[in-house]
Amino acid sequence: MIYAKGPAKGLTRRAILKGSAGAAALATIGAPAIVQAQSDVIRIGHLTPRTGFLGPLGEYGVMGVTLATEEINAAGGVLGRKIELLAEDSVNPSTASTKADRMIGRDQVIAILGEISSASGLAISQVAGREKKPFIQTGCNSDELRGKSCNRYMFHIEGANTMYINAVGDSLRREGLVKDKKWFGLTADYAYGHDLLAVSRRYAERNGADFSQNELVPTDSTDFSPFILKIRRARPDVVVSNLAGNQITNFIKQYKEYGLEYPLAGGGFDTAAAWGAGPEAFAGIWPAIWHHTLDTPSAKAFTAAFTKRWGKPPENQAWGDYLGMKILARAIEETKSTEGDAIVQHLESGAKFDVLKGREGYFRSWDHQLMNEMYSIRPKPRDKQADQWDMLLLGDPVPGPGDDLESIATSRSDSACSLG
Amino acid sequence: MEELPFVLEQVVNGVVVSAYYLLIALGLSLIFSLGGIVNLAHGAFYALGAYFAFEIQPYLGFAGALVLSPILVAAIGIVLERTMFSRFYRSDPILGLLLTFGLAMVIEQAIRIVWGAAPLPFQIPDFIRGQLFVGDMIFPYYRLAMLAVAVLAVAGTWVLLNKTSFGRVVKAGVQNPDMVAVLGISLAPIMTAVVALGIGLAALAGVLLAPISGVHPAMGAEIITAAFVVVVIGGLGSFWGVVIAAVLVGVVRGLAIHFVPAAAEASIYLLMLLVLLLRPRGLFGERIMRFE
Repeated sequence: MIYAKGPAKGLTRRAILKGSAGAAALATIGAPAIVQAQSDVIRIGHLTPRTGFLGPLGEYGVMGVTLATEEINAAGGVLGRKIELLAEDSVNPSTASTKADRMIGRDQVIAILGEISSASGLAISQVAGREKKPFIQTGCNSDELRGKSCNRYMFHIEGANTMYINAVGDSLRREGLVKDKKWFGLTADYAYGHDLLAVSRRYAERNGADFSQNELVPTDSTDFSPFILKIRRARPDVVVSNLAGNQITNFIKQYKEYGLEYPLAGGGFDTAAAWGAGPEAFAGIWPAIWHHTLDTPSAKAFTAAFTKRWGKPPENQAWGDYLGMKILARAIEETKSTEGDAIVQHLESGAKFDVLKGREGYFRSWDHQLMNEMYSIRPKPRDKQADQWDMLLLGDPVPGPGDDLESIATSRSDSACSLG
Repeated sequence: MEELPFVLEQVVNGVVVSAYYLLIALGLSLIFSLGGIVNLAHGAFYALGAYFAFEIQPYLGFAGALVLSPILVAAIGIVLERTMFSRFYRSDPILGLLLTFGLAMVIEQAIRIVWGAAPLPFQIPDFIRGQLFVGDMIFPYYRLAMLAVAVLAVAGTWVLLNKTSFGRVVKAGVQNPDMVAVLGISLAPIMTAVVALGIGLAALAGVLLAPISGVHPAMGAEIITAAFVVVVIGGLGSFWGVVIAAVLVGVVRGLAIHFVPAAAEASIYLLMLLVLLLRPRGLFGERIMRFE
């Protein structure tokens, strides 16, 4: 048996006693420093997955929020105080919850930013709601977080699945890939995938597509060949991906390997997935919440500053976390307060923010979703690509210039949330 | 039956995909059966193989990367074997487990520090793109090539262990290390070579799978469980057991995706459970070495 031997030698009762005495001594020495630091800085917590299949996106989020903090502090901070960022790996829902609790209770952060996993986001929002501290989430797409599980202290910079589906659906409709077309779905078998599947099915139903074929894909699958064989046998008009993270990259690459011709589309997407697939393999029409080639002054300034700081252009996840910090700082400056309720009230008031896009954005008062433009993307022709990062062609903003920003979001009558 | 061709297609595809499982499990099985070390860092060496190939490819092409990357990773393996692994051959297996568990984390973090967390693009080389059509079935050339390399790797390893004097010493060393020492043969360099070979095979798998599974820091952690499942089904320490188990796993997973797609990954664990219930030592395990 592996564990047949007794406990490891050397770890005696005495050693443990010594260790805990040391830890206690350290704690007393460390405490005054923390108390002192509180008076002259504003602490803000940042939690996001930095390991696991969402880790690569999380790292972009950390780069974005770090840059925003540095810019704010270089310009003199907020209310004359510097911002101190406490960034940690959220790992999973239970760890995220524990860390959020500790950040608010022990470290006295005034708000928490970040997260990508909808399950962890829900866990953090419950802590934030209990402690009455704002939580601005930057990467959780599930409609449920803005619906049934909405929370007065949680705000959503990340677009909801409905917004993503409407953004890509707009492009698909124009290409004639919706009405009376047969869709074949591949859906990540966890909360986010199921939420996205429900939303995309509703879209298909309302717009006349046949979305009866769908396969659930376990999140630890790396070989997609058996799924691709099934797609080949089904002969669909469109293949719809409801996958996430690295699985999008792997699927796109293997789909290319098998050389099937059915057009690809997807309901969720991050630029990192396309960069990981590379310009030769990348295909399909996908939604996007932001892209670094956006041609507006504030987007260009952010892209330039980010590239200078980190040596590569920002991924859309970097945009979300950067924007989250900037919006929070603005709210503190406007309300002259770091109190949770004051910040929430300001964000709920319909205040407009520069969201690094063509139009300004605002949070909806009754579900706290950021209303802003979305886009669709597709591969850029090879001869038009300026560098290795410039492989995606950004479509026009959705909704178009004359339309209400709320037209792509869940309507109030469809939503299970009723804040404010 | 109308569905039969579909099922048959999944079975044949499963055999091709078994190359994937064979490549990741072969080195793991080798190091365990000869060194008695359960190498939890196997996935990390697999990832290193892919990352080295990413760096080498622009200069020497895919073929160059396929040769050079496993050699470089094996060289790292030699250093680690001499300085760390060699201390644990005869000790409690749990120490080797702890060592390689730590090593896996250190290597994954090192990859994050050097190459960043974002996945890196890695394409199937130009000369081997396209698909072969046999009747109504489709096989990408790249997967067939992968199967060929896996068969070669198995054959080469088998010849090395069974038809050379090196292999005879290795086998004798496994049976009775003290007697080998009395006969005046030093086992240390032999063990170094075996570990280097096992780690080199992990890196070879990394290079071959990079265009399919992507190059990212967690790629090692992603495959290590499947690699263990294959080794356990085959029987710890059994050479042919690994080969049969890889084919079984490939086929069972393909069939699961045909009938119950959501159970794709669960199916291989169910298979393992079933095998262990009927044959606790695995299909071809002669005995549960060193754990008994």
